[in-house]
Amino acid sequence: MADKQSSLGGHLRENGMLLALVAIVALFSILVSAQGKPMFLQAPNITNIFLQNGHVIILALGMLLIIVSGHIDLSVGSVAAFTGAVAAYLTVDAGLPFWLVIPLTLIVGGLIGAAQGYWVAFWRIPSFIVTLAGMMVFRGATLLLLGGQNIGPFPKAFQSMSSGFIPDLTGLMKPHGLTLIITALVIAAVVWVGLRARARDAEFGITPEPTGLFWGRTAIIAAAMAFVGYQLASFRGLPNVLVVLAILIVLYAFFTENTVQGRRIYAVGGNEKAAKLSGIRTDRLVFFCFVNMGVLAALAGMMVTARLNSATPKAGTGFELDAIAAVFIGGASMTGGSGKIIGVVIGALIMGVMNMGMSILGIGIDYQQMIKGLVLLAAVIFDVYNKNK
Amino acid sequence: MTTLLEMREITKVFPGVKALDRVSLTVEVGEIHAICGENGAGKSTLMKVLSGVYPHGSYDGDITYDGEPLANRDIRDSEHKGIIIIHQELALIPLLSIAENLFMGNEVATNGVISWPMAFKKTEALLRQVGLNEPPGAVVGKLGVGKQQLIEIAKALSKNVRLLILDEPTAALQEADADRLLDLMLELKAQGVTQIIISHKLNEISRVADRITVIRDGTSVSTLSKDEISEDRIIRDMVGRDMAHRYPERTPNPGDVLFEVENWSCWHPEQAGRKMIKGVSLNVRKGEIVGIAGLMGTGRTELAMSIFGHSYGKGHEGTVRMNGKPVDVTTVGKAIEAGISYVTEDRKALGLILEEPILRNISLANLVGIAKRSVLDKRREAQVAEGYRKQLGIRTPGVQQKVVNLSGGNQQKVVLSKWLFTDPQLLILDEPTRGIDVGAKFEIYTIMKDLAEQGRGVLMISSEMPELLGMCDRIYVMNEGRIVGELGRDEADQEKIMALIVRDNNKGKVA
Repeated sequence: MADKQSSLGGHLRENGMLLALVAIVALFSILVSAQGKPMFLQAPNITNIFLQNGHVIILALGMLLIIVSGHIDLSVGSVAAFTGAVAAYLTVDAGLPFWLVIPLTLIVGGLIGAAQGYWVAFWRIPSFIVTLAGMMVFRGATLLLLGGQNIGPFPKAFQSMSSGFIPDLTGLMKPHGLTLIITALVIAAVVWVGLRARARDAEFGITPEPTGLFWGRTAIIAAAMAFVGYQLASFRGLPNVLVVLAILIVLYAFFTENTVQGRRIYAVGGNEKAAKLSGIRTDRLVFFCFVNMGVLAALAGMMVTARLNSATPKAGTGFELDAIAAVFIGGASMTGGSGKIIGVVIGALIMGVMNMGMSILGIGIDYQQMIKGLVLLAAVIFDVYNKNK
Repeated sequence: MTTLLEMREITKVFPGVKALDRVSLTVEVGEIHAICGENGAGKSTLMKVLSGVYPHGSYDGDITYDGEPLANRDIRDSEHKGIIIIHQELALIPLLSIAENLFMGNEVATNGVISWPMAFKKTEALLRQVGLNEPPGAVVGKLGVGKQQLIEIAKALSKNVRLLILDEPTAALQEADADRLLDLMLELKAQGVTQIIISHKLNEISRVADRITVIRDGTSVSTLSKDEISEDRIIRDMVGRDMAHRYPERTPNPGDVLFEVENWSCWHPEQAGRKMIKGVSLNVRKGEIVGIAGLMGTGRTELAMSIFGHSYGKGHEGTVRMNGKPVDVTTVGKAIEAGISYVTEDRKALGLILEEPILRNISLANLVGIAKRSVLDKRREAQVAEGYRKQLGIRTPGVQQKVVNLSGGNQQKVVLSKWLFTDPQLLILDEPTRGIDVGAKFEIYTIMKDLAEQGRGVLMISSEMPELLGMCDRIYVMNEGRIVGELGRDEADQEKIMALIVRDNNKGKVA
């Protein structure tokens, strides 16, 4: 009986998040048309949601691993700013080509993650302290490197990382043929993965989700994807950012759910002592999570820098809080050991849609902050309430 | 002599267990009364009834204190009457000063404002009384356990104690500190403080106690006066009983030596210079169930964990051999690879990830076993878990169930499954039946028997002597970090084990 309850609760959580996202989108669509403005869900807006929030999703992927392992990283905003500045320096001042700048910057990010992870993992200094220090140190380092100036602009190739679109190999152009093909393939893949998971659940004797619920949800997801794909195709096609995001999301979802190391990270957060006594090198895993976070912060830093077409000393302010909020809205546990990539992505999208929707509605930044804060609180209260019920 | 305390026919029932069954205890004014008994005999429960941890109404029987019936609602109530208990685990706050700790909850204050000069002055007086020469502002955590014990007593004195209860006060103390504490007890007695001491150490008891009450299986067996106290008598009273449980029939068939530890030592991880394991040598044969007996805190768990991947202590010395060949056990991973498993005594804190489902807990120590090139095969994971569910009889609606929802016995089976999936040659089982009801105990014993019949070695640590005697082919007796004796299946009985421990304690006393 308890099994059935907990599995239903789990489904409720994920579906609830998805429903919340759909409801928020619907709400803004209504409110925007009520103001007599152009449709909320038009192609440029959809494209912009991904362009403007890509970095949050990327940071949240790394942040999920950190939080699942039982830690926190407050430094990612500063690290993103610093690595963005490094990329700008290498590109503009040193004149290196973008294919060299990107890996070099990612390595710098990894080293920063390693420097922080070392103290957290091997010296057991609380991650809150280490990364709070990192937050200050790398903010300062950014100012130092930039000398208080902006660096820019960038060559086209570097910019295209964040503002470019995939080429249309079909030559159709209007609508964007390749985008339509990829959309169809992704929808097919989503349905197939869902069916396979269902079959596996049935085989293991796991109480499966009610059939209606499954198909209802799959239909909503497929319809949403078809709509987004078509809108994007009728505008300028798939943004490069979305391609990078999709690859990373699939990769991290696979890593966290289907690999030995991914599973072990959950074990470390779930019960570190038990994990250790089961032969898991908990310190190394925590170290890895921080290195990974550093690399993703560097990627996010470059994307933001490329989008703004300049590295600025103030870049990345508050990114860490957006990423952390996305992870918790996405259902991760504060104490570690649980949380899913898909939840995090939905969490980040909820924040992104709200940012954009409220801006279009002309809601001031003051109210925006308050509303976002209350949404975060509500999401976590919903979680706790569900758990205690 | 007048009677200060009389507890008559105290019965305390927990769900499924009768912890106390009509226990009676009489304490005279000004005496030191010792209470003896095995682990789990009910000593601490009796003291918790007395001190109000279990309030009046949650037990049967009555208590007369100072000529009046005693009906404590809580600890404050009993402390108000001068009954103060000092628990085995000290309840001091390590980061605060002595003065702050002494008057915690009882602050020297007017209108909520603490007068520190007054508190310090009172602290100094109390510290003088217990013979502790430390400034009242000293931070408690920096003092040794012995001094902390004295602070606890000073705290009791500050509350105008009339009946002081000490629960195994010397268990964590070094020889000299223990001596000092016993002296203080005698001094307090001279000042008229009545005391109850719970202790295993018979040399201490015969030094300070005026009378002894022996408790066994939740009933009081006897009360002896000072001249009746003798080692043999006490041991007989402590353990003299029939086997309370049943054990599966098995014919021991030991093979070659599988596991050998030679001259194994290690040191306390924090307290420099405190040797916890002192040159232990032992072995287990294939198909053999070997026990380690000893009282709590004698280093059995520390021994097992230090062998299992150096999970306890530092400065490890000695050799571990499997099948005659030395093996590297410096990390848990290497120990598992060498064929060793350790089933912890604390399955909730150290053995399980409670919020995760059964199958994920079972695969945890051998994820590689359900993976191909690092990618998990979840179908295989479920099959493995399902296999163990059937084999060990884990009662659950499904292997997706979170382990937090299982009973103690079923949780233990999940832990056992986890280790069996690593295909160990040797299983070290630390208190394998702790917190498990009688029926499930039998199932765990049966699993142990099956393991031995498969040719695996089992090393079982237990504080329950009947279970060691019922299951083991050989029993090592451990005390103070050393093996102090080894008994074969036929020669072992509870009295011999107790005698080895008690005599070793006394030997330490003489030397």
